[in-house]
Amino acid sequence: MTKLAISGRQVRQIILEQSKRANVGHIGSALSIADIVAALYDSVLSIKQPDDPNRDRFILSKGHAALAVYAALSLKGWLAEGQIETYCGNESFLGVHPEHQLKGIDFSTGSLGQGLSIAAGAALAARLKKSDRRIFTLMSDAECNEGSVWEAVMFAAHHHLSNLVAILDLNGQQALGYTEQVISLSPMADRWRAFGWDVHEVNGHDTESLTETIAGLDTRQGPPHILIAHTTFGKGVSYMESQIKWHYLPMDDQQYRQALMEIGREN
Amino acid sequence: MRKVFTQTLIELAQQDDRILLLTGDLGFMALEPFADKFPDRFFNVGVAEQNMVGLATGLAEAGFIPFVYSIVTFATLRPYEFFRNGPVLHHLPVRLIGIGGGFEYGSAGPTHHGLEDVGVMRLQPGLTVITPADPPQARTAFQETWDLPGPIYYRLSKDDTLLVPELAGRFELGKADLIAGGPDLLFITMGNITAEVMAAARLLAEQGIRSSVLAVSTVSPAPVRELVEALGRFSLAISVEAHYKTGGLGSLVAETIAENGLNCRLVRCGVGKSQEGLSGSQNYLYRVHGLDIQSLAETARQALAANSVPGETASTGTGINGEVRTF
Repeated sequence: MTKLAISGRQVRQIILEQSKRANVGHIGSALSIADIVAALYDSVLSIKQPDDPNRDRFILSKGHAALAVYAALSLKGWLAEGQIETYCGNESFLGVHPEHQLKGIDFSTGSLGQGLSIAAGAALAARLKKSDRRIFTLMSDAECNEGSVWEAVMFAAHHHLSNLVAILDLNGQQALGYTEQVISLSPMADRWRAFGWDVHEVNGHDTESLTETIAGLDTRQGPPHILIAHTTFGKGVSYMESQIKWHYLPMDDQQYRQALMEIGREN
Repeated sequence: MRKVFTQTLIELAQQDDRILLLTGDLGFMALEPFADKFPDRFFNVGVAEQNMVGLATGLAEAGFIPFVYSIVTFATLRPYEFFRNGPVLHHLPVRLIGIGGGFEYGSAGPTHHGLEDVGVMRLQPGLTVITPADPPQARTAFQETWDLPGPIYYRLSKDDTLLVPELAGRFELGKADLIAGGPDLLFITMGNITAEVMAAARLLAEQGIRSSVLAVSTVSPAPVRELVEALGRFSLAISVEAHYKTGGLGSLVAETIAENGLNCRLVRCGVGKSQEGLSGSQNYLYRVHGLDIQSLAETARQALAANSVPGETASTGTGINGEVRTF
């Protein structure tokens, strides 16, 4: 596999370090998207500078996993020196959910079911401005419980927003249970296909496959695109993987040491 | 105000190509001239108000000025959190157009009665809330505010024939207009019920009670200077709104009295009881809730009689923005 300048392992290490330092949860959700975020920031998103008006846009619709994006912003060098250490601190823009006043965050999110609508508006804006920029949004599977998601799904398909790329983190979990037990979402790919989207099922932990799939999308004409990214909640830390409780829990010292060891910490 | 909205928006859109119009599948016999003139800048997004506001957020971030159109309740309440987390939180120039405040869709039933929109919208910091009293004032309001940097909520009447001649189409952001200058009591009102309040003042004048009327066309930012000046000269104020009593104009007036230590009794006229599923014409529902001309006049008479402090005998005001009628 091609070695990325920003790797899922690096993103994971920052997620663990900052979650432990701040003593907060949402670790499993962030680990679930670590490889997707690494692929996006390493080689997918076309962003010369975070304030370039013609940059690709990225909206983390599952805002509770923002720490993974902060990790990428830090690795890109877009955060100030030491800023990542302010995660969940006072006078910080690095809250659990992302805030647009932070350089590199295009839109504030945190309330599920809103990101895709904003992304569709951004995609429509790009088309109206005859820009070839693309709009990416990373969603959770459980946020598809929100009816507003499907309003946006219909709009984007109706208007052939080919410059819109959604990535759905299909880890099968939500706050209080497994998605199939809470509200069944299966068959996810068929549902999006039925609404007129160009659907690709991918391994959400294979950065090379993610990158290649996105590179092959026609973002100039045709339907909007969705990558159904099959992922493992808590990926990389054995005791967190597919465990509901790691949606909320912080790590104790022993758990932290084990987690760092398992992801292959680099000093 | 639907016609004047569309006409003014067409004029503005001819000058500035950032203007877009989105509707949640409403605006029959109102929006067509814009859609015909600018088919590429008009989007019927379907019956999906949450998505409409989300779309507007994404469009505004890219430099557009989206006008988002629906009936008051669907414009404000259904997508409220989208509006809060989108245009308000991001300080984006989205313009929310709510049609039919109060009981204008009276016979359509309680789902269509716009009774809490001003209250919930004025909660949001940085959101401008504009409540024109008639179409000429609405037109001026659009011309004066369409390119403000932050978000705006316009509460519009669906009545194109409303007219409050004393306003003469004046609008100034953040100001209120004294449109009648009697010494006995002060009416404070907003939006489409201003015409009823003026009629009630005329009725009272026939009985020797001379009223002042302050028309509030910007609820946020609140016209504090005009409110304090007017309230300071009266011992009795009556707020009148086609809205629940709690949260809207009456609450704003109460806050102003309290925060400025004014010695003025306030009587709030608005919708104070459950709707009980009633529908009917606007006039019928005004009578049910004590907002018709006769009821407003009667409320004023009773309040004056009950007010232990005699009515201020200040001379007729000269008004803030020009000519003032004396009742």
